[in-house]
Amino acid sequence: MSALADPVRRRLYRFVAGRGRDVGRNEAAEAAGIQRTLAAFHLDKLVEAGLLEAGFRRLGDRTGPGSGRPAKVYRRAAGELSVSLPPRDYGTLAFVLAEVVDLLGDDEQVEAAARRVGRRSAAEDPGAGLKEALEARGYEPYDEGSRIRLRNCPFHTLAESHPRLVCSVNLAMCEGLLEARGERDVAAALDPRPGECCVAFTRTGPSKNNED
Amino acid sequence: MHLAQLNVAHLLAPIDSETLAGFVALLEPVNAVSDTSPGFVWRLKGGELPTDTVQHDYGDHLVTNLSVWESREALWNFVYRSVHLDVLRRRREWFLRVAEPYSVMWWVPEGHEPPLEEAMARLDLLRAEGPGPHAFTFKDFYDSSEAASRPAAAEERK
Repeated sequence: MSALADPVRRRLYRFVAGRGRDVGRNEAAEAAGIQRTLAAFHLDKLVEAGLLEAGFRRLGDRTGPGSGRPAKVYRRAAGELSVSLPPRDYGTLAFVLAEVVDLLGDDEQVEAAARRVGRRSAAEDPGAGLKEALEARGYEPYDEGSRIRLRNCPFHTLAESHPRLVCSVNLAMCEGLLEARGERDVAAALDPRPGECCVAFTRTGPSKNNED
Repeated sequence: MHLAQLNVAHLLAPIDSETLAGFVALLEPVNAVSDTSPGFVWRLKGGELPTDTVQHDYGDHLVTNLSVWESREALWNFVYRSVHLDVLRRRREWFLRVAEPYSVMWWVPEGHEPPLEEAMARLDLLRAEGPGPHAFTFKDFYDSSEAASRPAAAEERK
């Protein structure tokens, strides 16, 4: 975690993580406003720390002789790190509770509770735009046409062990959030893809034409 | 080895009823996604139409879904990372709550298209003995190597 103490490194990490794809050294250096060699040094430090993963890939369209050797590229590491001082273990507790909820099987109560939590959380950032609010909750939203998709699942570990339950909860929380924010022209729905969050937002109302 | 999966669901009402209309409407798009998913191998079909469900003698109002996949990841991505997830989320609108497991997986040799009887026997095995190398779930998963080295209790009894 100390690997992120350096502001340049933080900037590089944020940039690579925010792309959601492989990023070359040149591109990262440009984005961080630093020299390529310095960027390479910091990127490799982030790989050493386990925050990024590195690979080799040909950038650009050229192949065969003359296209040069593959460039070193970086992407966010798949593993997750969390810091809690003093040590806390909400993951284990969440796992136990998810097991119990699965056994009880009361989907309606689960969704109602999640919607309440989502609604209540809207008070945390009253002035924020929708994407800002999603950002603050760890979703990493991005635009895709007129829709907002979410690159990161904040509940990833539990979504792997209890996907039906966690994705249902996630959708209901997002719906509660929209409701309390008064976002009448935006609808949340499950539209999962491998490697992303299961929820996507569609602009349904009059604002659609303005935003396209 | 390929991975076979059986799902069963007890419908709340006859399949041609108003209650089930939403479910029936999803059969075509969900089956279309299934059949074109990376790693999809085979699915037991009830007929030529995408809405034809498999006919069987295991009780009225029981719908079955039997398919074969190249890997756990391929099946996972279809079940939980596609339009199919919303069917799972809405299960209470259409299906009875059951206390027993309603889904089972097992390894089959490549090219084998398991008959429904084989699949139902695997579900019975899971229900009777819990997860093992010959009848298991995503949560308690067994690799194909474990299945090969340990003969199934059900097969030993034959």
